[in-house]
Amino acid sequence: MSKSVLIADDEPNIVISLEFLLEQAGYQVRVAHDGQEALEAIQRQPPDLLLLDVMLPRLSGFDVCQKIRENPAWQPMRIVMLTAKGREVEVSKGLALGADAYITKPFSTQELLAQVRDLLADR
Amino acid sequence: MRPWSVFALQLAALCALLGGLLGLVGLPLWLDLAAAERELLQALLVGRGALLAVLGLLLLALLGALLRLWRSAYPAAAKRLEEEVGIIHRVNPQHRVAIGGAKPMRRLGHALNDFAVAYDAQRQDVEGRIAQTNARLEQEKNRLAALMSELAQSVLVCNVEGRILLYNPQASQLLEGREAGAVGLGRSLFGILDQRLIAHGLDKLRQGLEQGASPVAHFVTARATQLLRARMVPVLGQPGELLGFVLILEDVTHSVELASRREHLLRQLTEGSRAALANIRAAAETLQQYPEMDATHRQRFGEVIRDEAERLSLSLEQGLARHGDQPGGQWPLEEMLASDLLCALQRNFSTTLGLSVRCQDSGEPLWLSLDSYSLVQALTQVMDALAVACAIHEVDLELSTVGRFARLALCWAGEPLEPGLLHQWEERALSLGGADPAGCTLKDLLERHGGELWCQADRAGGRNRLFLQLPITLPHPVAPAPALQGRPVYYDFDLFSQPGQTPELDERPLRELAYTVFDTETTGLAPSEGDEIISIGAVRIVNARLLKQECFEQLVDPRRPIPRASQQVHGLSPQMLAGQPTIERVLPLFQRFAEDTVLVAHNAAFDMRFLQLKEAQTGIRFIQPVLDTLLLSALVHPGHAADEHRLEQIAARLGVSVIGRHTALGDAMVTGEVFLKLIPLLAERGIHTLKQAREASRKTLYAKLEY
Repeated sequence: MSKSVLIADDEPNIVISLEFLLEQAGYQVRVAHDGQEALEAIQRQPPDLLLLDVMLPRLSGFDVCQKIRENPAWQPMRIVMLTAKGREVEVSKGLALGADAYITKPFSTQELLAQVRDLLADR
Repeated sequence: MRPWSVFALQLAALCALLGGLLGLVGLPLWLDLAAAERELLQALLVGRGALLAVLGLLLLALLGALLRLWRSAYPAAAKRLEEEVGIIHRVNPQHRVAIGGAKPMRRLGHALNDFAVAYDAQRQDVEGRIAQTNARLEQEKNRLAALMSELAQSVLVCNVEGRILLYNPQASQLLEGREAGAVGLGRSLFGILDQRLIAHGLDKLRQGLEQGASPVAHFVTARATQLLRARMVPVLGQPGELLGFVLILEDVTHSVELASRREHLLRQLTEGSRAALANIRAAAETLQQYPEMDATHRQRFGEVIRDEAERLSLSLEQGLARHGDQPGGQWPLEEMLASDLLCALQRNFSTTLGLSVRCQDSGEPLWLSLDSYSLVQALTQVMDALAVACAIHEVDLELSTVGRFARLALCWAGEPLEPGLLHQWEERALSLGGADPAGCTLKDLLERHGGELWCQADRAGGRNRLFLQLPITLPHPVAPAPALQGRPVYYDFDLFSQPGQTPELDERPLRELAYTVFDTETTGLAPSEGDEIISIGAVRIVNARLLKQECFEQLVDPRRPIPRASQQVHGLSPQMLAGQPTIERVLPLFQRFAEDTVLVAHNAAFDMRFLQLKEAQTGIRFIQPVLDTLLLSALVHPGHAADEHRLEQIAARLGVSVIGRHTALGDAMVTGEVFLKLIPLLAERGIHTLKQAREASRKTLYAKLEY
């Protein structure tokens, strides 16, 4: 069975690329457009990996990350945070909140895919 | 005891003495007489009672007159001498005693005057030497004052209670704003800056001292619209003992604003671009990785790239439009009116190049940020080349505004300029003299100013123009430096030892208090009949020093006619008072000036009456203690008659030179100096504290004077 990935990002222009690339790589891909929607999607069915943008409407990426890590049932889920800010304090905050990787925009899609692959291969 | 009761007592004693003597002689005589002789004497006296009474009264009058003569010759003269010797000794060594009274008293007077001359000579010798030392000290103080006033920063020195001991003009300019007089010697810093900040700073300094470091405290505070950066440095006495602090203030409002705008721009250009770049890159990489992608997907990715690239351009434009008008950065640019630049160019073109130059100026004040010397020199060189290239003898200078830019045009008839030539000139190194870095080109100069240069030919009209466009800036108002008269008294280190000023002023020695000495000029002498204040003058005394620079002077529109007789006294005409503020606006300012001080005036009851009559109308009450130099003078010199306690007489007696009499400020200054001379004389009479001075004043005869 193929691994599932949830993309939580409000910018359709990045979602389109990520969705296309991940599908091509053989993952089951779902998309959420804000933090709240992401949480609901996880509650319905937790994905193996979450690609989480920091700047989300309604509920920020940090909040989503925190809620996931508070729930023991979701501990196995991998979280990769995406941000357009990339200041060091934010990186360390994201990692402290339980993100597995922190990627600053702009990024290489190849590296992102490699990171996703590595994280899912660990399991 | 009053003089006349002393006189009556003495007269009664004299009569009693005479009666006693008469009895002493009469009694043995009477006892010796035979009965017949006694009858004869009785017969002689009976029926002559009236005559005897008259004779008795005559004798009494004679005795009275003699007593008066004796009194003025001896005790009164002695009392006067005593007072005048006191004046020589303590106040005015040039004073000489008046010669009067009986011959021995006159001889004593001469002897005292001779002694005074010798004493004065000796004193002058000592004072001369003291003056020499003081002059040296003063020179050093002057150097300090000059240094302080030349500093660009605002500097205040305060004691640990926050009283200002020293400040420079920059500090008063920075902190006063609308409120004149907020910064002054002995005034509290806490009225200006937040007390908690200063206390926190002091704590930090103390901590640092305990750890044996040389501590400095920093803080930033907002004051109205200003943002101030402060540096606090300790002033130390004994090792480790904190006497006070030096506060160095800097107005960082503008630089902080500029820095935050730069920061904002930078963040907008970096973080704002990250997301867009990520989107473009992801889309581009996807396209590249899957060349066999279907057409719909291919088009969608293409749209993403175009969309994001457009967003990126737009954000760049917006960022520059909002923040890109800050030319120069580190380069020193000064603010200048565009019309002034035009004038400078006109002058330079006609004197150095011999051109005929006309100026067209819209007259609208346009401010530019310029390195005016370099720009004028560079444009003159361009004009020189232009005149040669296009055979120009006449040129028009035109100034116009286009959006946020000022556009300056050099306009000429005849040959147009080849754009290629202009580009060559832009790249050519300028020769601007020593001030400019070598190899600076016109292009560099323009870039530094955020300016552009181009030429345009209007072939139909036969007019050619060379345009210079520069961004318009908003000027920052620079407050004019206050005009200072004489050497400023900006420091008073004696305040270091002054404890905080408390409401219990009464027990404090007179020498240590802060005073506001004031005087008013009025339309007449009857405040209850509608006379009004037309001028208030006041000066401060702190630590027994008259601070001539810290004065208050304000004319007041009385809103009533001014009688001619009073005009002759104070010389203020209705024209001079027209347009001055009214008393309702002046009293709050005066109250602020006199805050926390004891009021002093000559014949204070008169001035206070005027102020009290305005209480209901203005709601301003002067509740601080009041001292009256008239009463104090009467207190120290009771032997002088009432008319010898007028301000001029007292001033002359105490060796105070009188200038500017009958202007409110002039009189206040004289009163202040008189008051300072009275303090040691009061001490001589056991009057040391404010309470003692007020109680003694109340008891003097003049206190009954009513207005």
